[in-house]
Amino acid sequence: MTDAEKELQRLTRRGFVTAAVAAGAAYGGWKWLRTRPRIEGVEWPLRRVLENNERLARAYFDPDRLSPRFRREDVTRARLNGRLGLQSAIDLNAWRLHIEGAAQPVALTIDDLRQFPRKSMITELRCIEGWSTIVEWSGVALADVMARFPPAHMPPYVSMETPDRAYYVGLDIESAMHPQTLLAFEMNAAPLPLLHGAPLRLAIPVKYGIKNIKRIGTIRYTQIRPADFWGERGYDWYAGH
Amino acid sequence: MRLARKHPLAVRWAHWINFPLLAVMIWSGILIYWAWPAYAPVKVPQTVWRAVHVNNRLAEGMALHFFFMWPFAINGILYVTYLLVSGEWRKGKTKFNPIQRLAYVGVTLMGLGSLVSGLAIYKPVQFAWLSALMFGYQGARFVHFWLTMGYIGFFFIHVIQVIRAGWNNFRSMITGVEVVHD
Repeated sequence: MTDAEKELQRLTRRGFVTAAVAAGAAYGGWKWLRTRPRIEGVEWPLRRVLENNERLARAYFDPDRLSPRFRREDVTRARLNGRLGLQSAIDLNAWRLHIEGAAQPVALTIDDLRQFPRKSMITELRCIEGWSTIVEWSGVALADVMARFPPAHMPPYVSMETPDRAYYVGLDIESAMHPQTLLAFEMNAAPLPLLHGAPLRLAIPVKYGIKNIKRIGTIRYTQIRPADFWGERGYDWYAGH
Repeated sequence: MRLARKHPLAVRWAHWINFPLLAVMIWSGILIYWAWPAYAPVKVPQTVWRAVHVNNRLAEGMALHFFFMWPFAINGILYVTYLLVSGEWRKGKTKFNPIQRLAYVGVTLMGLGSLVSGLAIYKPVQFAWLSALMFGYQGARFVHFWLTMGYIGFFFIHVIQVIRAGWNNFRSMITGVEVVHD
């Protein structure tokens, strides 16, 4: 055997042994990852990375960056997805928006809410499934309502739930205070239909559709990270854009 | 017979690390795509999705995608940085024929395109200017999807070409050296 042949044999053996060990380690790492105990529906290392991604996103978040605005002719046919929290009976006249965590308990009617400055926007609703629609929303800014009924201390989180508590979302305070976060009572220049969340829903284009909760019953300022319906089912709690 | 250096150690590691990472990114991407399979002209029947067990796994797909995007992006950035800093990128002119150069430069640029379109989908408000470059949010998703189809096409052509080139060539991607008969 020539020196070159010996050298080739040595390099080949070393290379393939290294490759086999690396492949085994990668396979072992994958098996380890997929067998970890789950936190709210996903393996804990995946949940930890989702939370770290959230930290990065919140550090980069800027309330001056707006979701792109569209023209009225860009509005697409409304798409109905998700009836969670809408299946119980509702008496629209008896409905009140409850705010918990303010200095005094608050219960508002739609007419009370109409006293706030009216805001309209035409933005894209992006579903976590991948589709998106362009919708015109009208309502009042959540930030304006929160300013009128301020919390005792600025809370890090806001939670919202349907009157029957079947659906609930958690929001970070920056997203809740974003200028495009509206409590909407009109959709595409008409009163909000029942299945789109009448009498009041959240329009929050800095989040996926899952956070745009329909038929809000209660808004709560909270110091602890609120439960989130889909966040408990394997999705990213933050789900922010 | 003599041995000629072909692929530096860093290139070999980056290549082989990229392979499983890209596979996991594509597979988790398919788990996501199932929820809204809108960007390919063919509609895959639900029976097919179910047969390969990629149905109803959106949350899992997203969690995996947003986990493995980090090592995938870091490995790709280190690879390109190494090529540029070491001068290896320029050596490609002598190492590969024009078709190979087109393929390898192309797939590297596609990788960059995937990172950029992925960011535009992931944070379409904070990076709205990026989605705007791709004709909006749905445009960015379309680009991201078709780049992925491009990798799958690249993979098959690449494997066929490697088989055709023979053992000496394949071994050089593991050992770094190629046998040359002068």
